[in-house]
Amino acid sequence: MEKFVQLDHVDVKFSTKKGVYHALKDINLSINQGQFFTLIGHSGCGKSTLLNIIAGLQDATEGAALCEGREIKGPGPERAVVFQNHSLLPWLTCYENIYLGVERVFGAKEPKAQLKKRTLETLDLVGLSHAEHKRPNEISGGMKQRVGIARALAMQPKVLLMDEPFGALDALTRAHLQDELMKIVAATNSTVVMVTHDVDEAVLLSDRIVMLTNGPAATIGEILTVDLAKPRDRLALANDPHYHHLRSQVLAFLYQRQMRPAAAA
Amino acid sequence: MSAVYGTLASQPNTEAVNVPPTQSESVKTKMNIPKSALQEKLADGFRWFIPPVLGIMAFIALWALIAQSTDNLPGPLPTWESAKVLFADPFYNKGPNDQGIGWNILYSLYRVGIGFGLAALIGIPLGFMIGRFKFLAAMTAPIISILRPVSPLAWLPIGLLVLHKAEPASIWVIYISSIWPMILNTAVGVRQVPQDYLNVARVLNLSEWKVFTRILFPAVLPHVLTGVRLAIGIAWLVIVAAEMLTGGVGIGFWVWDEWNNLNVEHIIIAIFVVGIIGLLLEQGLIWIAKRFSYE
Repeated sequence: MEKFVQLDHVDVKFSTKKGVYHALKDINLSINQGQFFTLIGHSGCGKSTLLNIIAGLQDATEGAALCEGREIKGPGPERAVVFQNHSLLPWLTCYENIYLGVERVFGAKEPKAQLKKRTLETLDLVGLSHAEHKRPNEISGGMKQRVGIARALAMQPKVLLMDEPFGALDALTRAHLQDELMKIVAATNSTVVMVTHDVDEAVLLSDRIVMLTNGPAATIGEILTVDLAKPRDRLALANDPHYHHLRSQVLAFLYQRQMRPAAAA
Repeated sequence: MSAVYGTLASQPNTEAVNVPPTQSESVKTKMNIPKSALQEKLADGFRWFIPPVLGIMAFIALWALIAQSTDNLPGPLPTWESAKVLFADPFYNKGPNDQGIGWNILYSLYRVGIGFGLAALIGIPLGFMIGRFKFLAAMTAPIISILRPVSPLAWLPIGLLVLHKAEPASIWVIYISSIWPMILNTAVGVRQVPQDYLNVARVLNLSEWKVFTRILFPAVLPHVLTGVRLAIGIAWLVIVAAEMLTGGVGIGFWVWDEWNNLNVEHIIIAIFVVGIIGLLLEQGLIWIAKRFSYE
C-alpha cells in the first residue's frame, strides 16, 4: 500500500497578541489508502489544526505535508472536508449544495446529465433522496450532517477529512450515522481522517487511533492499531473483550498520562 | 376564551337536522371545527385591527380638539373636504407652478428614484469592496466617518454650484445622503460572512465568480437590503426639505407654495401624503427583504 498522506516533522506556530503560540510540534504521520484514522485528544490540543493542515486550510510553519507525494498547497476537492457544523449554504437546497462541488470537480469533463446523476446518487447513498429540494433549515441536524458528508463524498475525494462530524448530534442519531458512515466507507473504500472527542466512536470506526498529547506544542503520543474485524457491529462489540481492551488503552492515555491541564492544576 | 368556544359548540347545528340521528353527532363536530377556526380568525383580526383604529381615532380627536382651541389650524373635517377636492383631479396642469398633487408626488418620486438609484449603483459595489479588502476599508474609513454625519441639506449649495441647476442639485442631495447606509451595511455584511462558508468555497476550490454568486452575494443580500431600506427612508425624508429650497414641481415645493398661499389644509394633507408614501416605500422593501431571507 502506498503512503497516501504524509506529514513529516510538521510544526505549527501561531502568532497571537501574547506572542508566538506553539500549537503542534514534530508531527510525523503516514496514512495509507483505504485506512480510517481518527485523531483524539483533549480540547485545544490541536486536533483540528492537524486536520486543517491535511485539508490545506492551515499551513505548516515547518516540515512537509504531502498528499500522494505532492506538497499540500491550499485546499482542494481531492481532500474534501466535512465540517463540524455541517456548513451547508442555507440559501441552496440539499441538491444544490452537493451539486456545487460536483460541478466544480467533474463539470469540465462530463455533461450536465451525468453531474445530475452523480448528485442524486450521492443523496441516495446517504439516504436523503426525499430531501432533494429541501433547504438546510428545513431538515434535522442529523440530516444536515449527512448532506455535508454527501457533499464531500460526491467529489470522490482521495481523502475524506471529518472534523468532529457527529459532535453536535444526540447519541442515538450519532450512533445511526456512525453505522451509515461505516457502510459508506466500506462501499467506497475511502481514506478517512476524522477528529473526535468520543473514545467509543474512535474505537468503533478506526483502523488507527492517533492520540495527541496536550498543548502547547502537542505531538503524537501514541498510535493505536485497532485490529477488530470488519464489518463491525456495535452490539457484538459491546461484549468483545478485545474491544474493551482497546478502549481502555485510549482511556488510559487520555485520563492517566494526559490529564486535562485544568484537572491537573 | 374557552367559555366562548363552549357556547359555540353547544349551539344546535342547523345543517345537521337532515342527517340521520346516528351520524348527526360526528357531523356536528365536523361542522363546528371550521366555525371555531373562523371565530379564532375573527378574534385575531380584531386584536390586530382594534388597537390601531383606536389610536388613529384618538389622534384625530386630539387634532380636532387643538384645532378648536386655535384660530388658524384647520380641523379634521375641513382638511378632509379639502383633500376630496384635491384628489378629485390629481393630474391637472396649469403651468409650471400650478400642477395637481399627483404630478407633485410623481416628480418627487422621480428625483428620489434617480438619486437613490445612483447611490445604490455606486454604494453597494463600493461596500462590497470595502468589506472584502481591509486596505480599502482603512483608506475610506476617515472620509466616510467625517462625511456621513453631515446634514443632507449642507450638500445643496455644493450641488447648485457644481451642477448649476436646481433639479440635478436636489438629486445630488438625495444621492449623497442615501449612499452611506448602503456602503456601510454592505461592508458590514461582507465582513460578517461566516468563515465556514468561505472555507467551503476554498475546499471546493470555487472560482471567484462562483464564490461571489453562490456565497458572498446571497450571504450579504439581507445586509444590503437593510442598507437599501434605511437609505430610501432617508432619501424620502430629505426630498421634501431639498425641494422646499430648490423649487420646481414636487411635494416639498408644493408644501412651501401652499404655505405662501396660506392654504394650511393642503400642508396637512401633504404631511399625510409624505408619511403614507414613506410607509409604502419602507413596507415594499421589507416585503422584498423577506422574500430574499433564507432563514
